[in-house]
Amino acid sequence: MSGQKKWMPRWFYQLASPRWCYDITGKLLPGFVIAALLLLGVGTVWALLFAPADYQQGNSFRIIYIHVPAAILAQSCYMMMAVAGAIGLIWKMKVADMVAKSCAPIGVSVALLALATGAIWGKPTWGSWWVWDARLTSMLILLFLYLGVIALHSAIENEVTAAQSAAVLSLVGLVNIPIIKYSVEWWNTLHQPATFTLTERPAMPAEMWVPLLVMVIGFYCFFAVSLMLRIRNEILHRERRAGWVRQMIGGE
Amino acid sequence: MADTLTKEPDYSAGRSVGSLYWAVLRRELLLFFRRRSDLLNPLVFFLLVASLFPLGVSPDPTFLAQVAPGVVWVAALLSTLLSMDGLFRSDFDDGTLEQTLLSPQPMFVVGLAKVSAHWIMTGLPLTLLAPLIAVMLFLPADGMAGLVLTLLLGTPTLSLIGAIGAALTVGLRKGGVLLSLLVLPLYVPVLIFGSSAVQAAINGLPVSGHLALLGAMLALGVVMAPLAIGAALRISVSG
Amino acid sequence: MIVENLYCERDDRVLFEDLGFSLMKGEVLQIEGQNGSGKTTLLRILAGLSSHFEGDIYWRGLPLMDVQDDFRRDMLYFGHQPGVKAMLSPEENLRWYAAMHPAIDLDRMATALDAVGLNGYEDVPCHSLSAGQHRRVSLARLYMTAAPLWILDEPFTAIDKAGVAKQEMLIQRHAELGGSVILTTHHELHLGSHMRRINLDQLAGT
Repeated sequence: MSGQKKWMPRWFYQLASPRWCYDITGKLLPGFVIAALLLLGVGTVWALLFAPADYQQGNSFRIIYIHVPAAILAQSCYMMMAVAGAIGLIWKMKVADMVAKSCAPIGVSVALLALATGAIWGKPTWGSWWVWDARLTSMLILLFLYLGVIALHSAIENEVTAAQSAAVLSLVGLVNIPIIKYSVEWWNTLHQPATFTLTERPAMPAEMWVPLLVMVIGFYCFFAVSLMLRIRNEILHRERRAGWVRQMIGGE
Repeated sequence: MADTLTKEPDYSAGRSVGSLYWAVLRRELLLFFRRRSDLLNPLVFFLLVASLFPLGVSPDPTFLAQVAPGVVWVAALLSTLLSMDGLFRSDFDDGTLEQTLLSPQPMFVVGLAKVSAHWIMTGLPLTLLAPLIAVMLFLPADGMAGLVLTLLLGTPTLSLIGAIGAALTVGLRKGGVLLSLLVLPLYVPVLIFGSSAVQAAINGLPVSGHLALLGAMLALGVVMAPLAIGAALRISVSG
Repeated sequence: MIVENLYCERDDRVLFEDLGFSLMKGEVLQIEGQNGSGKTTLLRILAGLSSHFEGDIYWRGLPLMDVQDDFRRDMLYFGHQPGVKAMLSPEENLRWYAAMHPAIDLDRMATALDAVGLNGYEDVPCHSLSAGQHRRVSLARLYMTAAPLWILDEPFTAIDKAGVAKQEMLIQRHAELGGSVILTTHHELHLGSHMRRINLDQLAGT
């Protein structure tokens, strides 16, 4: 659209070009792959072999090294989806739409992972696979929100309309998430207090939370890798008639 | 019409936001009134769902009294949802939605007026019918006032949120199921505060806190939802 | 209104590309083309209903995006669906239009309904009217509006011969008074010097 005012930095508009985006993600990808593998490898070994066992829960607590990063990632992934959707809505940026679309399936899988690990953790801790605990319930509702966005996106045939509708829905969800979280927490608090916050000093000893931090960062790197792979796929699919894509595919 | 193209029409006369709101509200109410039979459906559905619980679980009065707040609230929520799908659909089908979007009027006001009309025709009757169902489910008398009050504050919020979903799915053939998928998770807070307020009232606890929270959610909904409805309608129509 | 470099594709098919034209006061522009050539899509884009296009549209010299409210005041759109509520009477329908569009003058409703041949049907619910009468209810707006730009999508469908002749005269008068019309129709229009035609079939891309 030519009526747009150019008041954002230049890189912002460069991001809008699918081709530029394809190139830059291609360059960034190897670094993130290495970082993700390294962090997840180190974190897993550290968490399973070297971190001390919990004095109450024994070794079963070690599942938090998957559960907590997955839960954190599921929430930030939703936020990213909504923000990317908003950018797509406001600046009509194709790449932002692609980012939002790519976020959704990743979000679903990490939310499922968080729920599954939560349930498995629940068995030794509470004695049952499922407890209507506040944070598990919030995660379940988050999963429903993701599924709603995906269902809406796939129900609309026109790609642009689908992206815009999904963006509006995820923004509505974003406004609601704090309210849902608060209401669910208020409804039932059975769980132990938050394991890990950025602002407070964690209650865990350092030899427990440092590997957790490593795992969280590792999860984020892994998220970046899978997001970039999905975006690159999406770019190739949507720009399949563009000259540069044809040339590249023909040339390879 | 000879002299009118040159004459600048008077835009300000009687076109204030308030009169627009009333014009749309009147039209919607008139439309609802012309299709009286449709009005009954959500109410019958409300009664049906509520009577399925004793049939499906147990007719034991003490058990029913315990679950009554939740059952009434879930039933009210589902029947609101059921009535939501048609909110914009007929306008979409006959082209009046297009014409609404092409008018220079703010969609915020139009959307709010449509939701208000919808609430007057579904949420309000549901609220008035709720005590009857509550009696059938042996809800203790202490909870009755709380039930009506929470429904009075909660059902408009349900209508507002549901209208966003209806606006997003209006262009789709099979919007109904999708609509519930989109909207139900967003109904959770209203359900929680609504039914727990009734529970609190039964236990003799003050409910003003719950009501304040429901009111806050309604206020937030009135401010934010029409924006989302307007945006969603434009997107749906452009598709 | 000036249109430049308009490009639109639908379901992987380019409907038109590099489409440009300008519409001045007193001009009638007829968009021609086969079924599926994108006539309705083009009109919806021009009316501001659809944003699925690339290119620039200017209204009175300014980008359409920036003056949408003014544009909506100045424009009357007659779409594929007539935009008439079946549950309401013609009069109630027009009253609603008048409430929504400031350019529509309610005082001329009686003459308008008379002109489209709906005299005596004012209070009949529209669902008991025929398809042609349905469209006439919506077309009655043309007699009531002060909007200079009309965008009409197949305004003559399901209208009888006498009705078409009347509409044609109305359009001609609108143009003579300095208004502009963009329309699609399969009818041969006889509007003399006001007329211009764009054929989408010749413009269609690969």
